[in-house]
Amino acid sequence: MFESIIVLAGLGLLSALGLGIASRAFHVDTDQRIQTIAGLLPGANCGACGFPGCNGLANAIVSGNGKIEACSAVSDENRKEIARLMGMEAAETVKRVAVIHCNFPAGGVGNKFEYLGVTDCRAANLVAGGPKQCVYACIGLGTCKSVCPFDAVTMGDSGLPVIDPEKCVACGKCVEACPKKIIDLVPVSRMVQVLCSSRDKGARVKKVCSVGCINCMLCERVCPFEAIHVIDNIARIDYEKCRVCGLCLRECPTGTIANLRGWEVVAEIGESCNGCTLCARACPVDTISGTAKERHIVDPERCIGCGICVDQCKRDAVTLVKKTAAVRKAAAAGE
Amino acid sequence: MRELILLIISAVLVNNFVLARFLGICPFLGVSKKTETAVGMGMAVIFVMTLSSLFTWLAYTYLLAPFHIEYLQTIVFILIIAAFVQLVEMFIQKASPALYQALGIYLPLITTNCAVLGVAVINIQTTHNFWESVLFGFGAAVGFALALVLFAGIRERLELSDIPRPLQGTAIALITAGILALAFMGFTGLVKM
Repeated sequence: MFESIIVLAGLGLLSALGLGIASRAFHVDTDQRIQTIAGLLPGANCGACGFPGCNGLANAIVSGNGKIEACSAVSDENRKEIARLMGMEAAETVKRVAVIHCNFPAGGVGNKFEYLGVTDCRAANLVAGGPKQCVYACIGLGTCKSVCPFDAVTMGDSGLPVIDPEKCVACGKCVEACPKKIIDLVPVSRMVQVLCSSRDKGARVKKVCSVGCINCMLCERVCPFEAIHVIDNIARIDYEKCRVCGLCLRECPTGTIANLRGWEVVAEIGESCNGCTLCARACPVDTISGTAKERHIVDPERCIGCGICVDQCKRDAVTLVKKTAAVRKAAAAGE
Repeated sequence: MRELILLIISAVLVNNFVLARFLGICPFLGVSKKTETAVGMGMAVIFVMTLSSLFTWLAYTYLLAPFHIEYLQTIVFILIIAAFVQLVEMFIQKASPALYQALGIYLPLITTNCAVLGVAVINIQTTHNFWESVLFGFGAAVGFALALVLFAGIRERLELSDIPRPLQGTAIALITAGILALAFMGFTGLVKM
């Protein structure tokens, strides 16, 4: 009993002593900044930056091979802190989030067969393109949920995954994993989204899904900025041109298009308005009222912030302002 | 003398640890993608295995056996092996950071490499004396390094060949390892001990 304790402890002490001396002899000076930066990075090791884990990126940043912007997950504060450590400017990055372009309600798309295999969309997709009747539809086995390193994906009641925009850092893991390729990363300021990926013809879509894009082209016709086009039987939004006015959303007969974030800005008419009525006539949603030659008023609850009136006004009286909390609340109640 | 040389040849070729005893398969598949890293890993394992078989034999003969605490064998052996692995890790980090990066997790994992513990245990079981233990450890490690480097050479050529899709990656590596093991069976009967 005592022998065993003494022998083991002795051996342990002996090797500890030897290693202690060795660590002095083979001491390697490492850059302190690598540790600090690795600590500031999210530590999820998602690999979206293209380096092997957060330590890999920290190494690359210190050695000058990597940029801080490569990490889409790091918070603004930490990004600035890293920039300060490295003595460089951190570029502002556009925050993006993942959006699933499929939105059928519970039971909205039927099954063509019963899938009893491995609970993984990628496996299910190998069997005749998955069990869903719409070949572009979300299979709903939660592969995106299981690959998300940030717990941003949950499975909703309708069987579709739901992405929490607060938690999503646009690492792109789910985009890669989704066998149907219906997830993409979009700028948070462009949250008017086509929630369908079907490239089937309208009649076929209508047979299997009530909220699919049927290529009616109404959105394309109504868009004042030519930002939405039906290409390959599906409406696509050009995020460069889109101004998040949501006119397409009102027009869409199937409710395929949705605003995932709520309206952010509203128009406001200033003192210099001379009541020319140009804005009122141009407004696509008739929210501007007032008599001629008098200052006009915008109804902030119904304004969609498209900015058409701003372009129309000859006296620069109309401006887009951030929605106040009260207006946002009232609009939400109205809907 | 003749016996000792035969012992080494037997450990390297006939009873090759990887290809005949199937010990240490994890690093055999893990670090055999490039010949350079395979050589580095081989050297690290030769160092750890030779010295750990030396010290485990000493520890068993002069500490465990006299006190009749042989049941502590595994713990003591792992302790000694772990200490040597730490030493090698420090040395490689100092001497060759590139190799340190390339070996990655497989370097500390030598600690749990069953080939290293295997040598120590076999030394005790077959009642090798001191020099036999050291040379057997050295021979086994050389055999491991040989198999690793050979396999890495083959895998480098496999990278360039047209492999059917279902067999790509680990599948073809396992098939190759099997064929290599078959080839090593040709050495059976080379040494009569």
